[in-house]
Amino acid sequence: MSDSDTLLLNVPLDALHRELGGKMVPFAGYSMPVQYPAGVLTEHLHTRNAASLFDVSHMGQVEITGADAVSWLETLVPGDIRGLGIGKTRYTVFTNAQGGILDDLMVSKLGDNRLFLVINAACKHADVAHMRAHLTGGVTLRPIEDRALVALQGPKAAEAMVRLAPEAGAMTFMTISELSIAGIGCLATRSGYTGEDGWEISVPTARAEELVRALLAQPGVMPAGLGARDSLRLEAGLCLYGSDIDTTTTPVEANIAWIMNKRRRAEGGFPGAEVILGQLATGAPRLRVGIQPVGRAPARAHTEITDTAGNRLGEICSGGFGPSADRPVAMGYVPAAFAAIGTPLKLVVRGKALDAHVAALPFVPHRYVKA
Amino acid sequence: MSDMRFTKDHEWIKVAGDVGTVGISDYAQHALGDVVFVEVPEKGRAVAKGAEAAVVESVKAASEVYSPVSGTVTAGNQAIVDQPGLVNESPEDAGWFYTLTIADPSELASLMDRAAYDAYLKTLE
Repeated sequence: MSDSDTLLLNVPLDALHRELGGKMVPFAGYSMPVQYPAGVLTEHLHTRNAASLFDVSHMGQVEITGADAVSWLETLVPGDIRGLGIGKTRYTVFTNAQGGILDDLMVSKLGDNRLFLVINAACKHADVAHMRAHLTGGVTLRPIEDRALVALQGPKAAEAMVRLAPEAGAMTFMTISELSIAGIGCLATRSGYTGEDGWEISVPTARAEELVRALLAQPGVMPAGLGARDSLRLEAGLCLYGSDIDTTTTPVEANIAWIMNKRRRAEGGFPGAEVILGQLATGAPRLRVGIQPVGRAPARAHTEITDTAGNRLGEICSGGFGPSADRPVAMGYVPAAFAAIGTPLKLVVRGKALDAHVAALPFVPHRYVKA
Repeated sequence: MSDMRFTKDHEWIKVAGDVGTVGISDYAQHALGDVVFVEVPEKGRAVAKGAEAAVVESVKAASEVYSPVSGTVTAGNQAIVDQPGLVNESPEDAGWFYTLTIADPSELASLMDRAAYDAYLKTLE
């Protein structure tokens, strides 16, 4: 073991990853499987064709309780938490005073006074510090350190889940439920980060390996690593914090203004509301868009985007090869005037200006099980 | 007796007279993972020892292929452009990248033979 390894944290499933042949890499301070012996391409395609099990235990889980939990969280996020039904899950972001994004997160309402948050691994300490700094009476924040988080994703996820937890079949996209899965008490949302149907399952650390072995034993379920997770979410047009969104991008620029409902747009009351509501009224200077390279060459993050005359417009934020799309796919920021679907662009790859155009997102249709 | 020589960057060159065939090693294709895009040099291009001559990309990352020796490209392998997976399937044979006329055969002396390369790989484990 090298010195750098000793500084990395191990997830509860570390031994299982190694047993399964996982290629462990440092990610957000954790040693995580980037792929298993099947490889990223196979794991990606398998997720779209059958089902894959991802370990995302590096992500942060937080419980917020108290009579003021809902109204308090609304002071930190632009999303409608008050209107979120009990048993429902919603995607939102923490914003800063400039309207930039501190992190994106999933909020689930377990009760009128009880919220469950899933936050990004790389941001979790900063997020918790941010929440604590704004904590008010009547709100209790508890980082959940004794639970792992795994995601079962793909068209065969439901079959596998229902076999181990029959009541899971009644759940629809973006709902949360306490489930007994293979006899293990879990908290699961029907959600994910691949564009496919599936669940994200919070499980007590002590029983995480037992749960994952039970899921992997189901027909059609294979383990998949962070490599496939990234190419899947890119094809699905989903943002990766630190690449596609960060403190320099507002939700309007990131093209996720749909996270704000009518009431929050009218009332504001979240950090950076002046900037964000101003952009909603008059338009953002730039927008995140899907970008389709015309040739076979992938355009990676930070690839320069120009107009057809060679004038710089912006950069690719996420890009690579989409195994299901079977072509390169990318997302990037362009001035609003260049954001219409079909707008021709150039991508400067290794000094050559390659043809591309603005494309609709997602690149691969979402297949969620909606109510 | 293998006439293949290897670089520390995991390229190989097979020599027949003054013509060399260049590719990436089995270790390299395995480390890269599924190859989804390659770019090979065009005929007539001058390549320098250690300079970028081709590109190989997997789902996750792009890498450069550095020329093991200096010379003039005589052909790029269109088969791997059309079917990048060939680099994974047959890295040290059908998955070759380009052929070149070797400018200075003495440059070959600095490259490793198979036994030395295998020993080098062990130091990377």
